Amino acid sequence: MSKIWVLVFDATLQTLSMVSFSTLFSLILGLPLGILLSATSSEEQGGIIPHPMLNNILGRIVNVLRSFPFIILMILLFPLSRLLIGTSIGTTATIVPLSIAAAPFVARVIETALKEVDPGVVQAARAMGSTNFQIVRKVLIPEALPSLVSGVTLTIINLIGYSAMAGAIGGGGLGDLAIRYGYQRFRGDIMFVAVVIILVLVEIVQVIGNKISAKLIARR
Amino acid sequence: MQIMLKNLKRTYGTLHAVNGISLSIPSNTIYGIIGKSGAGKSTLVRLISLLERPDAGEVYFDDKRVDDLKKDALIQRRRRIGMIFQNFNLFSSRNAEQNIAYPLEITGVPKQEIKQKVERLLALVGLEGRGKAPISTLSGGQKQRVAIARALACDPDILFCDEATSALDPQTTHSILALLKEIQRKMSLTVVMITHQMEVVRDACDQVAVLDDGVVVEQGLVTDIFANPSSEVTKEFLTHLVGIDEASLADDHMVHWSKKRGAYTLRFRGGTTDQPILSKISRQVGVDFNIRAGGVQKVGDIEIGTMLVDISGSDEEKKRAIEALRQMGVVVEEEAAE
Repeated sequence: MSKIWVLVFDATLQTLSMVSFSTLFSLILGLPLGILLSATSSEEQGGIIPHPMLNNILGRIVNVLRSFPFIILMILLFPLSRLLIGTSIGTTATIVPLSIAAAPFVARVIETALKEVDPGVVQAARAMGSTNFQIVRKVLIPEALPSLVSGVTLTIINLIGYSAMAGAIGGGGLGDLAIRYGYQRFRGDIMFVAVVIILVLVEIVQVIGNKISAKLIARR
Repeated sequence: MQIMLKNLKRTYGTLHAVNGISLSIPSNTIYGIIGKSGAGKSTLVRLISLLERPDAGEVYFDDKRVDDLKKDALIQRRRRIGMIFQNFNLFSSRNAEQNIAYPLEITGVPKQEIKQKVERLLALVGLEGRGKAPISTLSGGQKQRVAIARALACDPDILFCDEATSALDPQTTHSILALLKEIQRKMSLTVVMITHQMEVVRDACDQVAVLDDGVVVEQGLVTDIFANPSSEVTKEFLTHLVGIDEASLADDHMVHWSKKRGAYTLRFRGGTTDQPILSKISRQVGVDFNIRAGGVQKVGDIEIGTMLVDISGSDEEKKRAIEALRQMGVVVEEEAAE
């Protein structure tokens, strides 16, 4: 019995590590992309450096990546994982496709949040002689922070789901545990525990995310 | 800081938002720019506050051309322009003092200096002790005071007020205008007020330009324009100001001689408001005046009266009455015959 709990415990840690690192990397990739998408959009949409062509190209890339089924994207990215990590199997290797799959999602979430900022406020910042960088760092991001936090919450929850799917092709973690023990070895109890832990993780992330967002709004 | 506009033009698609505007806004005054919505006010303010470049024409601040500045010079120039807006446009992620500190932060002023300056500015706009207040807890008037303090943080030489009082109730409008006048005097600012409210022009401005369809239809001293408006748009603004509108005309059941009647608008100015001009002329010429509506208001130090009257009598008598009125310094306008 205790051996099962060790398995579950290890799988949970693997999931947590996959989700946290891929959240971090998808933010590193997605944040600049989201800012660029919002900044290059038309002036009516609040773009601070309107550039229709660049906006169009970026938008298309994001759309293509987002519409890819995750499992297929992961297989396509095996070579990249091998190049970066040295292997395409295991928890660490899975972080690569997870990050890349989530990055376009993050970009859209951030783009949407930034576009919600009142254009009048941006105009005021510009009239005061803010540089574009100052507008992004000191106006757009702080003003959009509650929405950004909600967006990141959503991203983490999506990544928990993706990471479970990654288990199907050797990713490790709770999804892997559920498939290898629960499905292939008919251990319904392990499957059940794995699923419950995933649900609990999602719930915790959602509650914390909501709390932070609400707190940020309350301070205004 | 004197502002000169030379034949400014800005077109959006086929819309000539600003269609050849030339103005000279003198230094150290409050200058009003009034127009209805769609007259080109918003575009004009974006052009002279250097938020947008004109398609043609030039903008000069004290003889220095500014509409074609390069990126860095443009940002430096904008830092010396203050601007306040109808919707305040404060940062909701910052409290009152952090809002006021923003323009100082972006120009790299040391923290200690920012703190002192923000305190001074809060006192200047009458918000001592409210520095830590979140923006959402402030009233409209207080928000505009924070916005004014923020606009003044970098010691600007020009302050643009873009419909700054349009979202405020009359009493708050009054106190904000008083504050702006006080600040203008203290800091020797050139204040440009863009508005659609004639009350604002009357209560705060020294000079005014009236905008319609992207061009200036009238400009000059506020007292002159109130006493003797020459364009239709200005007359319309003045009519609304004294509360004489179409509705009150239609409601006038007293007039029975409608066929022969002509409606006249009389404008009195200064000393003439004190004299019994109508009854005097009535006696001299033998006409009767029927006053339908009227009012007196103060423009700066001068009182200006407006009256809507009917004159009854023969055409010859009416002519003489009007002449007599004009001789006494009353401006007479004949409404278009019905």
